Amino acid sequence: MEFSMMDLAPALAEIFLLAAVCIILVADLFISDQHRHLTYWATQITLVMTALIAAGGAGSEPVYAFSGLFVGDAFSSILKVGVCLSVAAGLVYSRAYLGPRGMYRGEYFVLALFATLGMLVMVSANHFLTLYLGLELLSLSLYAMVALARDSARSTEAAMKYFVLGALASGMLLYGMSMIYGATASLEIGDVIAAVQSGQSNTTILKFGLVFVVAGIGFKLGAVPFHMWVPDVYHGAPTAVTLLIGTAPKLAAFAFVARLLVEALGAEELVVEWRQMLVLLSVASLILGNVVAIAQTNLKRMLAYSTISHMGFLLLGVLSGTAQGYGAAMFYVSAYVIMALGAFGMILLMSRDGYEAEELEDLKGLNQRHPWYAFIMLVMMFSMAGVPPTVGFWAKLSVLQAVVSIGYVWLAVLAVLMSLIGAFYYLRVVKLMYFDEAPQREPIEAGMDSRMLLSVNGIAVLALGVVPGALLATCERAITLSLRIAS
Amino acid sequence: MFGLAPLSTVVWLPIFAGIVVLLTGSDRNAAMARWVALIGAIAGFVVALPLWTEFDRTVPGMQFEEFRPWIETFNINYHFGIDGISLLLILLNCFTTVLVVIAGWTVIRERVSQYMAAFLILSGMMNGVFSSLDAALFYVFFEATLIPMFIIIGVWGGPNRVYAALKFFLYTFLGSLLTLVALIYLYNASGGSFSLLDYYAMPIPLAAQILVFLAFFAAFAVKVPMWPVHTWLPDAHVEAPTGGSVVLAAIMLKLGAYGFIRLSLPIVPDASQYLAPLVIALSLIAVVYIGLVALVQADMKKLIAYSSISHMGFVTLGIFIFNPHGLQGAVVQMVSHGFVSGALFLCVGVLYDRMHSRMIADYGGVVNRMPVFATFFMLFAMANAGLPGTSGFVGEFLVIMGTMSVNFWYTLAAATTLIFGAAYTLWMYKRVVFGEVTNDKVSALSDVNGREILILGLLALTVLAIGIYPKPLTDVLGVSITGLLEHVAVSKL
Repeated sequence: MEFSMMDLAPALAEIFLLAAVCIILVADLFISDQHRHLTYWATQITLVMTALIAAGGAGSEPVYAFSGLFVGDAFSSILKVGVCLSVAAGLVYSRAYLGPRGMYRGEYFVLALFATLGMLVMVSANHFLTLYLGLELLSLSLYAMVALARDSARSTEAAMKYFVLGALASGMLLYGMSMIYGATASLEIGDVIAAVQSGQSNTTILKFGLVFVVAGIGFKLGAVPFHMWVPDVYHGAPTAVTLLIGTAPKLAAFAFVARLLVEALGAEELVVEWRQMLVLLSVASLILGNVVAIAQTNLKRMLAYSTISHMGFLLLGVLSGTAQGYGAAMFYVSAYVIMALGAFGMILLMSRDGYEAEELEDLKGLNQRHPWYAFIMLVMMFSMAGVPPTVGFWAKLSVLQAVVSIGYVWLAVLAVLMSLIGAFYYLRVVKLMYFDEAPQREPIEAGMDSRMLLSVNGIAVLALGVVPGALLATCERAITLSLRIAS
Repeated sequence: MFGLAPLSTVVWLPIFAGIVVLLTGSDRNAAMARWVALIGAIAGFVVALPLWTEFDRTVPGMQFEEFRPWIETFNINYHFGIDGISLLLILLNCFTTVLVVIAGWTVIRERVSQYMAAFLILSGMMNGVFSSLDAALFYVFFEATLIPMFIIIGVWGGPNRVYAALKFFLYTFLGSLLTLVALIYLYNASGGSFSLLDYYAMPIPLAAQILVFLAFFAAFAVKVPMWPVHTWLPDAHVEAPTGGSVVLAAIMLKLGAYGFIRLSLPIVPDASQYLAPLVIALSLIAVVYIGLVALVQADMKKLIAYSSISHMGFVTLGIFIFNPHGLQGAVVQMVSHGFVSGALFLCVGVLYDRMHSRMIADYGGVVNRMPVFATFFMLFAMANAGLPGTSGFVGEFLVIMGTMSVNFWYTLAAATTLIFGAAYTLWMYKRVVFGEVTNDKVSALSDVNGREILILGLLALTVLAIGIYPKPLTDVLGVSITGLLEHVAVSKL
């Protein structure tokens, strides 16, 4: 294994981030509680700098480094920027929330940065082990963050569930990877592609491995029937952590799907296999996510089930098996992250000292208390329901186009029927905000930073709904330029 | 106008005006919100007038076209253009918006800026539906109209408004989602185009045509609404504030009929002809059965809502008999129904503002206290019954004439509306307006004020003008309708 300085270039963002985390970790020890905002700002600067460094690689041809362990390409650059920015945005929303709950501590920020590092590694992985390494770094940081509210029994329980089920999923994934290794004699994605294409590999073992890999992916995405952890973790975790789990890791999970299914196992005969599995996962997620969300009275739990249904939509794009469909899925996940940031950001914004605004009832009469927030939440809800002119509509349109293009019209019809059911519970939120009287009239106080960000977030959902062209084109270009797609 | 493309101005001016109204903020600035909204609505109507004067009535095809690439990944274009049918509906829409803003002037006291803004934005979006020549653009506007209407019903509506608003939204959303799938299918079948004009020219096998037709039908039949998917309309109308009812009846229902004309007929002509008997049967059921249902209503708004469904049955009937009289009658009926039903809802609104009741039984002898109002109400009631000399007659007469050349029995069934329509409208009128003053509340009524006279007077003039001299309307429609029918006559198999 030869090492050259050239290898460092694609990994520059990760190296910078790792160095910065270590510095913050140590420096934080010497910062007293009054000056904790120094850690916060150092974290934010680190994230923005990492995003800038990652953005430098956008638009380039794939560069493989460290003997094929790592890849830097347009796809990874764009997702890295997305990951860093959404973590940064999540921290802005969380800042005021963390303090009174005793979580405004160095650990929180360091763990968030380690999770980010894990995601960046996942996004750039060109080797099963790198992929796994990134995934575990992300997961372990998140487990710890869920449990960070030490005194809350609900959080501890959520962390335990998350950890046990997450470990199970990792086990399945590893088992699947080992099968693929058995069939192809390699863990490097390029070699796996070549081995599958050569027709020399044992297809039975390959397919056997594929099943476990898909199951692992199902767990990580939270697709039915591997979704059990999602509602409990979303509900149990402190809202700031829920926000973190619900946004950036979805981008990383999409990269995970892209590297494993689209690239490594993207040969024609395997696509046929995993397409059937993804159809099942997707249909089950769409039905269960949307139907069960109706019964929820807790906003976080409702959004958890809504996430499950959104993952069903995301899978629609992936299962098409076309470059256009992968682009649609990437667009979908980006749009979803922007919407989820806004929705969870709103919950954070409305909660105060010792009061969590996480029940649906807490939104009652928001339009009377603060019309602008109500409007932003309205935009988020209509966007999640897929009503134009919001970005959510174009996301749905593009994944539906992908499934119709491969002749699965029935699947598209099923998906739209389920999104009709979904519309009901999103509309219920709008109903609570606009049609009901506010039980209390006190104004909502929030810091300038999170108010500004929320406004930008809401306007972005609308603006991307009016001019989605650039983001759509970027996603499609990133896919065609970077991924090794068989057909 | 001012160097801007006319259709873009017509679409975006009301939307921007709506945003400006929103910016006036809380109810402390209610007066400013009202004036800004009125100026915006009138400006919206004024910029639409050049379309009428400069429209070339001799040229078939689309006019005032605008074309700009919008989303290149999907080959979606910002493509506007109108023919005579769209032109009339745009003018109707802009006119109604002005009336609605005036009608809500003093009645709406809470969240005035949001109320006015919702109507202005809605108006711009509906102009967008009528102008779009790109299927995706059409769909975006078509769907987006649901949001302001949902808010209007839910926030300013009656006691059962939440149920009505949700029912309205979900019913119409279901249909439009199926249409979305059909449009995506067409996009793939056409090799990657969302242009309606490309779809017009594209051959499609019959089986696919039928599925596409049914998907379109799901959206447009709910919107019209046709029997048996009409049940959302009475709820929505009863609960909506007066302005909401007016816009719903006058414009929103037309989106459905317009969808049939702009999408179903030209894109899937063979399926349209193949399934025409079904649509005609449903239309006739609406005309006859819903007419009878209207007869027994105790609530005035509900009665007018059912009368709307019955009249819209005429529109769909006229569209699906595929002859020039029928289609022309359908469009004239759409325009006339826009004015007449809007006026009737405003009349009920006038009574409701004073009595806070919509029940026919609570009234009686209104003419003794409100003679001016009774005169206006009489005119609109007559127009609703299809009295010659009013706009209601022209459309119905043309449709009946068109139907006669197709099938006698259709005509017979359709013509019963002249009896039922007269029966339910005039019977309601008699019970509400004539007779002795029945209770103290009625005896305390005051006649219409200047603002109400202005709205009702404008509508009365229009209704009479169309009734007496409909030629300007039919002139605008003529070439567009013959062009459409020629296109439909050619098989696309």
